[in-house]
Amino acid sequence: MTIQPLLTVEQLTKTYGEIQACDRISFSLYPGQILGIIGESGSGKTTLLNAIAHRLPIDSGQVTYHNSIKPTHLAQLPEPDRRRLMRTEWGFVQQNPRDGLRMNVTAGANIGERLMDIGQRHYGNIRTAASKWLAQVEIPPERIDAFPHTFSGGMQQRLQLARVLVTQPKLVLMDEPTGGLDVSVQARLLDLLRSLVRTLNLSVILVTHDIGVVRLLAHRLMVMQGGQVVEQGLTDQVLDDPQHPYTQQLVSATLLP
Amino acid sequence: MISGSIPSQQIPSQQISDQQISSQPALPRFAAQTLLQAEQVHKGFTLHAQGGLHLSVLAGISLTVNQGDCVALQGASGSGKSTLMRSLYANYRVDSGNIWVKHQDSWRDLTQCQPHELIAIRQHTIGYVSQFLRVIPRVPALEVAAEPLIETGVSKSEAFAKVRSLFTHLNLPERLWSLSPTTFSGGEKQRVNIARAFAVDRPILLLDEPTAALDANNREAVMQLIEEKKAQGCGLVGIFHDADVRSSVCNRTLTF
Repeated sequence: MTIQPLLTVEQLTKTYGEIQACDRISFSLYPGQILGIIGESGSGKTTLLNAIAHRLPIDSGQVTYHNSIKPTHLAQLPEPDRRRLMRTEWGFVQQNPRDGLRMNVTAGANIGERLMDIGQRHYGNIRTAASKWLAQVEIPPERIDAFPHTFSGGMQQRLQLARVLVTQPKLVLMDEPTGGLDVSVQARLLDLLRSLVRTLNLSVILVTHDIGVVRLLAHRLMVMQGGQVVEQGLTDQVLDDPQHPYTQQLVSATLLP
Repeated sequence: MISGSIPSQQIPSQQISDQQISSQPALPRFAAQTLLQAEQVHKGFTLHAQGGLHLSVLAGISLTVNQGDCVALQGASGSGKSTLMRSLYANYRVDSGNIWVKHQDSWRDLTQCQPHELIAIRQHTIGYVSQFLRVIPRVPALEVAAEPLIETGVSKSEAFAKVRSLFTHLNLPERLWSLSPTTFSGGEKQRVNIARAFAVDRPILLLDEPTAALDANNREAVMQLIEEKKAQGCGLVGIFHDADVRSSVCNRTLTF
């Protein structure tokens, strides 16, 4: 098997003063895989996600993105190129859709904006793409001219997904995408995520504290505690045969893991 | 909470890289008809919440599975049958020993494989019928069962056709096919699970009490499926609490 990883993270370290938020984190992500990251609040999950995307300065370590042409070291990428990468081949889904959406423009404009960012100018094409993606994420396309604040929380989250996916990214970083949604809405989003990952061959890094979500979605799992990865493996290995004391505690504290 | 060091097999740097594994030739010590060989498998559990209590469950178990074999794991509850079965699927990570599997004409040691290699091995080589069915609430039974087959690259229509014929064979009422299995009875869920695993042509199949929740009729249907797999040259390992089923389909027994 000579599959190339899509992303390699080596010895990534980030501190906030005295606090080690991410302590020498290393892993590889392969195409079409969902990597779950679980851990309690403050364990460094969100910092890791932001550090991978270089949305905040890191102390040491290396993040390498292997796209079709050549490996890209994110730290050496000039800022405009990094921003462009984030708008095209990478996507970021925020926990709170209000952070990932522009609330003062319509749903269609939210989706179209990313296309315009990469140089598309034909209004008709952009609108067609926007309505196609609304349908993909199960929002009625006739809501294309509605503002996001008129959407429910679950719809806003799906709109955010459409906004990210319209440029057909290869890698999507998600921070608690199902947090704050009620159970039935969450199930719908999970099903949608799963089928989109398969049809678009997406790779996803999914940060969550919900063990049920990683059980259903993630192929692989990393468990973080105090800025360190304390255990990793296939999702079912980590959840069915947890070895680290913290993972055992986490799994045994979950109802129906 | 007691802090403990991470067992060595979790540290990625000690795992063999893809290249090293790929360059290994097919090892000559395995017979041509062998599909799986477990050697001196040791597995215990350390319960950190119980003061680090260590339970040793498997102490040096070895097992060879050949084409056409159906091996019964037999023993009292708690003797380690399921632990071995789960170790053979790499669901449990063993403490020591090797589990060699013939994956697409090369031999892999499951205990040394990287997660992405295990995913590929499970996709194409080892199937597992678990006693539990975990699904996303909204997805219909037909799609749940067809999913692994579609993931191997088979077209949707072909995968659905195969699952429909398996559902029919297993007497799963057609009105259930388009419903999510979350509300199914135990026996119905179990048949969805069986269809899900039997739809894919994998050379090794692990069965964890596949007939436990089934009536006599459906038990018979599952036994037929097992016989078909044996005839195709698959190797099966199973836990069967039903003595009639076991004596009928199994040609060997590993007693714990």
